[in-house]
Amino acid sequence: MAKVPVQFRLNGSDRAAFADPADNLLTVLRRGLNDFGPKYGCGQGTCGTCSVLIDGELRLACLTLAASCEGASIETVSGMADGPSLHPLQNAFMEHFAAQCGFCTPGMLTAAKALLDRNPNPGREDVIDAIAGNICRCTGYEPIIQAILAAARTLPAQRRS
Amino acid sequence: MEFRKDLFQNERDDNLNVVGKGVQRQDMPGHVTGRSPFFDDHAFEGLLHLKVVRSPHHHARIRRIDISAAERAPGVKRILRGADVPVNKNTLLSLINFGKDDEPSLAVDKVRYKGEPIVAIIAESEAQALAARALVRVEYEPLPAVFDVEEALKPGAPVVNDTYPGNCFEYHEKYDHQKLRFGDVERGFAMADHIVEDRYQMSPIEHAPTETNGSIAAPEQNDRFVVHSCAQGLFFSLGTAAKIVNLDSNRLHFIGGTVGGGFGGKVDSLTEPLAVLGAMMTGRPVRYVLDREEEMLHGGPRGAERIYIKDGIARDGRILARHIRSYFDAGAYTRLSSYAAIKCTAHLPGPYTIPNVTSDIYVAYTNRCPSTAMRGFGITAVDFALEVHMDKGAEACGLDPVEFRILNAYRDGDMKAHRRVAKNTALIECVQVAAEKARWPLSEEAQRQSSLTGGGGARAEIPATPIDENGRINRPETRGGRPTQTLPAGTMRVPMTKQPIMEGSTENRPSAPSVPQYEPYRPATAAPPPPPPPVPASRSAAPPPPAAPPVPPPAGPAPASQHGAHRFSSVFGTRRR
Ligand code: FES
Ligand code: FES
Repeated sequence: MAKVPVQFRLNGSDRAAFADPADNLLTVLRRGLNDFGPKYGCGQGTCGTCSVLIDGELRLACLTLAASCEGASIETVSGMADGPSLHPLQNAFMEHFAAQCGFCTPGMLTAAKALLDRNPNPGREDVIDAIAGNICRCTGYEPIIQAILAAARTLPAQRRS
Repeated sequence: MEFRKDLFQNERDDNLNVVGKGVQRQDMPGHVTGRSPFFDDHAFEGLLHLKVVRSPHHHARIRRIDISAAERAPGVKRILRGADVPVNKNTLLSLINFGKDDEPSLAVDKVRYKGEPIVAIIAESEAQALAARALVRVEYEPLPAVFDVEEALKPGAPVVNDTYPGNCFEYHEKYDHQKLRFGDVERGFAMADHIVEDRYQMSPIEHAPTETNGSIAAPEQNDRFVVHSCAQGLFFSLGTAAKIVNLDSNRLHFIGGTVGGGFGGKVDSLTEPLAVLGAMMTGRPVRYVLDREEEMLHGGPRGAERIYIKDGIARDGRILARHIRSYFDAGAYTRLSSYAAIKCTAHLPGPYTIPNVTSDIYVAYTNRCPSTAMRGFGITAVDFALEVHMDKGAEACGLDPVEFRILNAYRDGDMKAHRRVAKNTALIECVQVAAEKARWPLSEEAQRQSSLTGGGGARAEIPATPIDENGRINRPETRGGRPTQTLPAGTMRVPMTKQPIMEGSTENRPSAPSVPQYEPYRPATAAPPPPPPPVPASRSAAPPPPAAPPVPPPAGPAPASQHGAHRFSSVFGTRRR
């Protein structure tokens, strides 16, 4: 099948790739652009490990046709840190042992970022709701919930500054 | 986290640098930045993708495989069949010389479970490999299948795994199950006031790691192959792949250790051998990753176990005898189930001091997906059964279930059913603390009990033990012998390379000139096992003066060679204590 060009912003940089019209965004990010942050866990929209932000919206890269991302702005976990300084969510995940094998972590962080971007003061229920589409097989979720709540507590101060 | 060093002051010096302290893990920065290198997070120029054709039947003869249309499909670089696999029969524990090779990488004449790989397609893209896979034509002749462990062991059951035609794993090529004999359970049952008997059935459980099984193999310089692997046991996988593709292991360079969840499901080398073979055949990097459906349906699960427990309990709550019979469902091939049954046997009868114990643990083959390691496999299920059974035992004699456990708990100095003295026991303390946390009222008596006192003495003795011959491999209809002989009290172990005397049938018995001469069989009355040790409800009283230590057993001749199983089996007594 003839490949088609697709261009978008990825973590703030303009990127282009040739994709099969049937390729999903996850394949193009990982195998086309070597962004290995988003993971393949199921390829069918059930696990959330491939979560990315497309124009600020939380999306599953495995269920998104790459060609439909033309001109979009895509954020993945790989662009979450600001140079050497980690995002407050990343720090909180480290401090609260919110990762064991780490495979769900990119998707969890992305889902959490989507939450904090729209609601900097989430309650516990909001957090649970926000990561409801992300499966973690190792941690039992509680450390992740605690980490996201802790990160939220550090956010408003940062934003004011 | 709470440490109860007060309970075990004498046990060790606990000036620990790391345990009990919050220490940042070295892999955490990688995890939170998405940079931890999982096996699939590696870019290769010219990467090829491998997909396998799987059997739609549980059990079938393969009549014909036609790959001609698939070979011509766009993007296909190479198609592998069983004949292309240099060593197309393996068993995982062959690396430690345990068990016979029984599982092909790609099925040749028969498929023995639904999902068994038959043909591997290597193509330029995943989509092309999948499209070509649909073009492979396989003609099958379905065969009767067996899915139940006990059905599988009956005479006339379909033979699942031709390497083991009796449908059970053969230990040391002599025994059809793992056996534990300690004391005389029949006597114990006869003396008991309550008999509590039940059957427990577990389900297979899929590990469901978030990262599916997979690997990428690529030609490296110096005639080596680099392999990025999800394996939990990286060097185990290296050895397995080297054997199957018939390369010296120093020609494989395995990189891994960053595992996206394993829980036991990533020790089988499900993908590494074919990925390496693909790289050898094509000269290009080959990626073989299970999709989620394959992972859930065809990645080996925790094997289901069926467990029968029979307890004989005295009116005062002392368990006098326990018999356990269990069937471990291996699925179609051995993988690690042989080891699970050994672990299970080593774990019995649970953390209790019971003067008469027998167990018979079988590994049965069925036409199910082969089962494998998973978090305490061989232990977890039987523990569930044992503890549910403990509750039933407590109910039968009208005791509080927690007190019932404390009453029967093992203590330092007790003889375990494996003829090892129990050390560092802590069940009583664990139960006491758990009861405290759960606000479960305990009698003062129970609160005063301690693992450190009350053990040993009569509880350290090895009783006379009737043994039978039904551990031997035989036709199923001839299994199930009666006790034929009694090991004298104090017998620590029977050397593994020798067979105990088996009176009666001599069928299939290799002539062994140096069979140790145990005392001839005498009726149980002639060599009565010591009565169950008195375990009075009140043990705060001074323990009885220690009896003379059991006479050390006559040292048998040292086994000529250590079988592979010795290395990991606490049953055989060579493991670090
Ligand atoms: S890989 Fe996209 S949801 Fe699982
Ligand atoms: S940390 Fe392993 S899946 Fe979440």
